[in-house]
Amino acid sequence: MDINTLRSIATPLAFIALVAIAIWTFSKSKKKDFDEAANLPFAEDDDAKRDPSVEKNK
Amino acid sequence: MSTAFDHPTYNYRVVRAFTIMTVVWGVVGMSLGVLIASQLVWPDLLANIPYLHFGRLRPLHTNAVIFGFGGSALFATSYFVVQRTTQARLFSDVLASFTFWGWQAIIVAAAITLPLGITQAKEYAELEWPIDVAITVVWVAYAVNFFGTIWKRKMKHIYVANWFYGAFIITVAVLHLGNSAVIPAGAFKSYSVYSGATDAMVQWWYGHNAVGFFLTAGFLGMMYYFVPKQTGKPVFSYRLSIVHFWALISIYIWAGPHHLHYTALPDWTQSLGMVMSLILLAPSWGGMINGVMTLSGAWHKLRTDPILRFLVVSLSFYGMSTFEGPMMAIKTVNALSHYTDWTIGHVHAGALGWVAMVSIGSVYHLLPVVLGLKPGQMHSIKLINVHFWLSTIGTVLYIASMWVNGIMQGLMWRAFNSDGSLTYSFVEAVDASYPGWTVRVIGGALFVLGMLLMAYNVYMTVRSANGKVASLQAEAQAA
Repeated sequence: MDINTLRSIATPLAFIALVAIAIWTFSKSKKKDFDEAANLPFAEDDDAKRDPSVEKNK
Repeated sequence: MSTAFDHPTYNYRVVRAFTIMTVVWGVVGMSLGVLIASQLVWPDLLANIPYLHFGRLRPLHTNAVIFGFGGSALFATSYFVVQRTTQARLFSDVLASFTFWGWQAIIVAAAITLPLGITQAKEYAELEWPIDVAITVVWVAYAVNFFGTIWKRKMKHIYVANWFYGAFIITVAVLHLGNSAVIPAGAFKSYSVYSGATDAMVQWWYGHNAVGFFLTAGFLGMMYYFVPKQTGKPVFSYRLSIVHFWALISIYIWAGPHHLHYTALPDWTQSLGMVMSLILLAPSWGGMINGVMTLSGAWHKLRTDPILRFLVVSLSFYGMSTFEGPMMAIKTVNALSHYTDWTIGHVHAGALGWVAMVSIGSVYHLLPVVLGLKPGQMHSIKLINVHFWLSTIGTVLYIASMWVNGIMQGLMWRAFNSDGSLTYSFVEAVDASYPGWTVRVIGGALFVLGMLLMAYNVYMTVRSANGKVASLQAEAQAA
């Protein structure tokens, strides 16, 4: 096969992949996972605890 | 700095070091910007010193702000975010220190070689091949350290900010290797392996994706962590963030040809670059809306929190410049805007309004944390507010003056008399640009003034954190 045919096929493949990702992302079964992931920045809120004045006075 | 702040789990030492250097390179790089802007208003300024000529200082300005300021901010925040969202210490402390000292040495090397006139003459890739090799080594260490930390993670998921940081690290590696392919001709000279239009296309494939991945994807990683943290709420839509990620990275890579409209580049390539640039509006605005909507229900916080103001206004500038960019990529618009000050204004809407302001907001949030204080607990919140207004007014003055100048220059260059001769000579357009250039100096100076206030605020915060630790240690010894 001509290399340019392969190159041309790559473009629709990328597009199909993008559509597939969008469908996967919005599937209902993923909701719990995404809610968990979205809360990762808040998983460890120890900043207040680590204020040295608090820490050392214990 | 004292090791007394050290966190039991995380490596905050490297984050502190990169954060301080973010502010240092910010002041240095932006001051250089004001200097070269002044050279355009007063052409005699330092004109007889070859090392300080506009042509040599301008790449030093861009390297210092992009790689010194922006790069340090990316290292600092990525090391901070990846540790806190994986709850794992960095993969290697040695590699972390190596990336810090290596990266600083590269910026210093830029500050030495560029004024000496040693350059590859490729925009944002000026540094000669020995420095390019050093960048590659440091970047590999960075990638190993970042992805090694993700590998070690304690949680199942990889938070979206890390996806953006990861894409930034991988893509910048590919771009750097692709565009820096040269044949050395001595220690300080080299020739590109590409030639002609191909060389130009490779350069702007690199150049535009330096904007897309260094100056956008990495900073979007920052946005996805610090906007929710400072707001106290998770991101508006995690689903949108996934689509945002994949759409942005698969489309950005195509947009480079819009830098080469009406050149020797084949027409179809120019049109492709234009169309892909227009499509890019969708993921850009998707991400911007996702960030801004995170504040829904918490808008009142903007009234009292200048750090949040920095983060949200940075998103407004991001939305504005990612609308302006696709518009300027349209060939007919580009026929007016290209080679004028409009382009420089567009870049600074992104660089000052988006990149710098989101970094400044993030630094104000994280610096107290890595000093053992509460997030955002800086020495003076009032000074952050003053900084915010200086930055905003400075950016607006900068971009508004460049819009006026750019459109004026474009119109003057294309004005014809009825007999077909040009209405204006080039120098008449230069002469007409002086008022705009003067306003730009004022806008830039306001922005630098804000950075100096930040430097003072950072210094005072570090000093008081140091003092607190010292007095606690003294107390502990006495007891």
